[in-house]
Amino acid sequence: MSGFAALVARDLRLVWRRPGDVAVVLAFFVVATTLFPLGIGPEANVLARIAAGVLWCAALFAALLSLDRLFAADFEDGTLDLLLLAPWPLELAALAKCCAHWIVTGMPLAALAPILGVAFGLDPSVLLALSVTLLVGTPTLSLIGGLAAALTLGARKSGALLALLALPLCVPTLIFGAGAVEALATGGDFGAHLAVLAALALVALATMPWAIAAALRQAGE
Amino acid sequence: MADLHFLANPARYRRFSQRVVPSLSIATALMLAVGLYLALIQSPPDYQQGDTVRIMFVHVPSAWIAMAGYGLLAALGASLLVWRHPLAALMARAAAPVGAGFCAVCLLTGSLWGRPMWGAYWVWDARLTSMLLLFFLYLGHIALNRAYDEPERGDRAAAILVLIGVINLPIIKFSVDWWNTLHQPASVARLGGPSIHPSILLPLLWMVATLFLLFVLLVLLRTDTEIDRRRLENAEPQA
Repeated sequence: MSGFAALVARDLRLVWRRPGDVAVVLAFFVVATTLFPLGIGPEANVLARIAAGVLWCAALFAALLSLDRLFAADFEDGTLDLLLLAPWPLELAALAKCCAHWIVTGMPLAALAPILGVAFGLDPSVLLALSVTLLVGTPTLSLIGGLAAALTLGARKSGALLALLALPLCVPTLIFGAGAVEALATGGDFGAHLAVLAALALVALATMPWAIAAALRQAGE
Repeated sequence: MADLHFLANPARYRRFSQRVVPSLSIATALMLAVGLYLALIQSPPDYQQGDTVRIMFVHVPSAWIAMAGYGLLAALGASLLVWRHPLAALMARAAAPVGAGFCAVCLLTGSLWGRPMWGAYWVWDARLTSMLLLFFLYLGHIALNRAYDEPERGDRAAAILVLIGVINLPIIKFSVDWWNTLHQPASVARLGGPSIHPSILLPLLWMVATLFLLFVLLVLLRTDTEIDRRRLENAEPQA
């Protein structure tokens, strides 16, 4: 377990020393969201209606955008080879990398989304719910994206390929994430949506580290 | 599964396919001729949909084959990762575009059928949307398979992807159904109810069997090609 904490701490330290990488992702999130009112028009009721879906999609894209470097730097400088040789499970290392990714992308996105939600005219009671769904849903995105990142290590055109692999698998999270916010706004069952969202995160937690480790092993061969 | 292990050796597979492919081709061609007669001429037009119901004879088998094809990819992926069968990788490489092709046929015929029936080429119906997502999963598999300079890496990466995909497919299906009930009720007539008359069901089952044979034939032929291609790639360049 100390190795897990050390690996998370190392990744966080790397991000801390180059905060620009995270800032770019968050800036993309803000800019991409801003484009929707410009493209669709400033009518307040339309914007409030689509806000949850737009913010969730933008968060999904932002999370994916930051993923193609998740293992690439370690792959290039040989850290990955050491992780493969290390006497503790690679699954744990994979989980640690995804965990660090979630802390530096998922959590800031969840914090930023309500501010953008205000600009979309979302009801204040919904803003907190939006943040909660993103907090519960983004770990799934980090794990699925982590698998796509591991599978595309060393591939040609890995950025676009990563999106093609990860996006269909992220559909359930998107549906229940945006659906939860909409359910709250329209008087539906918010708790049920949130429970499914959490279940998706747990399924990803139970399967993805093994798949990521398998992908990393075949990349290291 | 265990009985199929003897095919894992590409040379043995080659002998097997050389025996099977000619007779399978003839059988498929004959069945297709009969099937098209049954579907296009002999079966009665639907009392509501008229002749457009004949689209179903291609549409429904394509949908089933597209789903079965993804299952085949998953089985091949598992056998590549577990037993490292060299042929499984080549067959997966051969089968994925065929499955994606049937998936595309299903989507296209569905769209052409939807225009006269629902008044739109595309509606965000749950089954259409899950089929589209299955098509995307196929595309991801094909793209990943071809994304590496060393083909063996692409094979194994795609095998891992398809296993995760097959676990996620029911989840995706379930969530799209859920999403759809939020927005609009399903409007597709369901197959398998008592409403389907034998005069239409029989040609349909015939076409299902025919197109399954066609799928198998195409996969076998393309696997042969993949074996040749891999041999060419691994051959020493002549001085």
